[in-house]
Amino acid sequence: MEGQSVEELLAKAERDEADKLQRITVHKELELEFDLGNLLASDRNPPSGLRHGEPNPEAELRALARDNTQLLINQLWQLPTERVEEALVARLPEPTTRLPREKPVPRPRPLTRWQQFARLKGIRPKKKTNLVWDEVSGQWRRRWGYQRARDDTKEWLIEVPGSADPLEDQFAKRIQAKKERVAKNELNRLRNLARAHKMRLPSSAGMHPTGHQSKQELGRALQVAKVSTASVGRFQERLPKEKAPRGSGKKRKFQPLFGDFAAEKKSQLEMLRVMNSKKPQLDVTRATNKQMREEDQEEAAKRRKTSQKGKRKGGRQGPGGRRKGGPPNQGGKRKGGFGGKMNSGPPGMGGKRKGGQHQGGRRRK
Amino acid sequence: MRPLTEEETRVMFEKIAKYIGENLQLLVDRPDGTYCFRLHNDRVYYVSEKILKLAANISGDKLVSLGTCFGKFTKTHKFRLHITALDYLAPYAKYKVWIKPGAEQSFLYGNHVLKSGLGRITENTSQYQGVVVYSMADIPLRGGEIETSMMRIIYWPSPARPLLGMEPGHVP
Repeated sequence: MEGQSVEELLAKAERDEADKLQRITVHKELELEFDLGNLLASDRNPPSGLRHGEPNPEAELRALARDNTQLLINQLWQLPTERVEEALVARLPEPTTRLPREKPVPRPRPLTRWQQFARLKGIRPKKKTNLVWDEVSGQWRRRWGYQRARDDTKEWLIEVPGSADPLEDQFAKRIQAKKERVAKNELNRLRNLARAHKMRLPSSAGMHPTGHQSKQELGRALQVAKVSTASVGRFQERLPKEKAPRGSGKKRKFQPLFGDFAAEKKSQLEMLRVMNSKKPQLDVTRATNKQMREEDQEEAAKRRKTSQKGKRKGGRQGPGGRRKGGPPNQGGKRKGGFGGKMNSGPPGMGGKRKGGQHQGGRRRK
Repeated sequence: MRPLTEEETRVMFEKIAKYIGENLQLLVDRPDGTYCFRLHNDRVYYVSEKILKLAANISGDKLVSLGTCFGKFTKTHKFRLHITALDYLAPYAKYKVWIKPGAEQSFLYGNHVLKSGLGRITENTSQYQGVVVYSMADIPLRGGEIETSMMRIIYWPSPARPLLGMEPGHVP
């Protein structure tokens, strides 16, 4: 009995092994083609297992995928492995399938000015050595670039030539000349680039004052000069009768063409609802501003009253009594403003005599 | 081509609402499809979403028109309705005016309609109300505005014709 059970167990173990092997090995008529560099396996077997018109080919497709993936993984396991930071990694070979271009072929660039000239004259680039022997430092130095062999800006002694002004700084002159060369080079580079990409650079056509410039050129020069400040022309004052330049604001941004149609509809319906409702809508900003202004006015009136009372302690009581019945002082202030001019004003102003009592009060102040 | 800004939509809706009132929401929110207003070269077009997507493939300078032109914005950003909008406004019009056959011809050639030329008119039409003018055979001719002091009706200009007989200050 035990022997039988042992045999049974062994047989079962063998069957399990066979199952596993069966799962790992896959039988295909045509071998798959592998491109392990791209992790690609191409199966050229005709899909005989899939019958057309079958209601759910899902199970068959899934089995096919499993088989092919198994074969690919088998191949991967045969690659040389190495250990990288506690992970076992297989080193993939170079990919054999050539993937198509992602972007289109670059179009040929136009020749730069130098290249055109060289082509015209038949100038070929001479092969030059990278390093040059520098006597001064006694070592091999680059021909150009950082720490180059003959850098005239780095000289410690410059003889003043006979024709030059003795007070001129020769060192600064050399540094300036270098800067100008660099700037010129940069300009030419950008011009070549613009020519290659067919872009228009902002030209400095009218910027150099010659005395024979047209009105348009002068206008353009003026505009450029205005904008060439640290705040990009924002705080530049204008002449008394000068008009503001047109088109100098932020560019408007519109909604996209197919935005969210539902949102658009909703906002339009909301606008219609507001339009159709009979009550005028409450504009919160204006309401709060109005409220704040009223409060400020009340406070100012109160302050003025207390300050007047302080001044009026030793003063006359009569006019004070008259003043109480009048309108608040702000109204009086405005009318009192005419007070000084009333006597010399036109007879038509006699109608403003209503504020006369306040006018008298203010003069007494 | 672009959608209308808030300002422009408001101005346009105010104008259209003069003729059709609250029925404007039936134009905005339609059960049979998404229709929207788009601005192209200062003209407002009422177009379905499907056609809009097709029109987006045409470059702006080559695109002449799309959908239905409702009107245009003038240089000073006022909205002027065009006769091509009549198909959409006539069914929803709140106030209608029918004119007699005799006055119809004169009206079509651009003159005002006097009170004697009126056949029927909707009740409760107030002064300066925007109306749609129909012929006696119930064909919508044009829109207009009632000025009941002398019962002159000022017509909408059709896009091809110059503005004849427009009273300054009674711009529809």
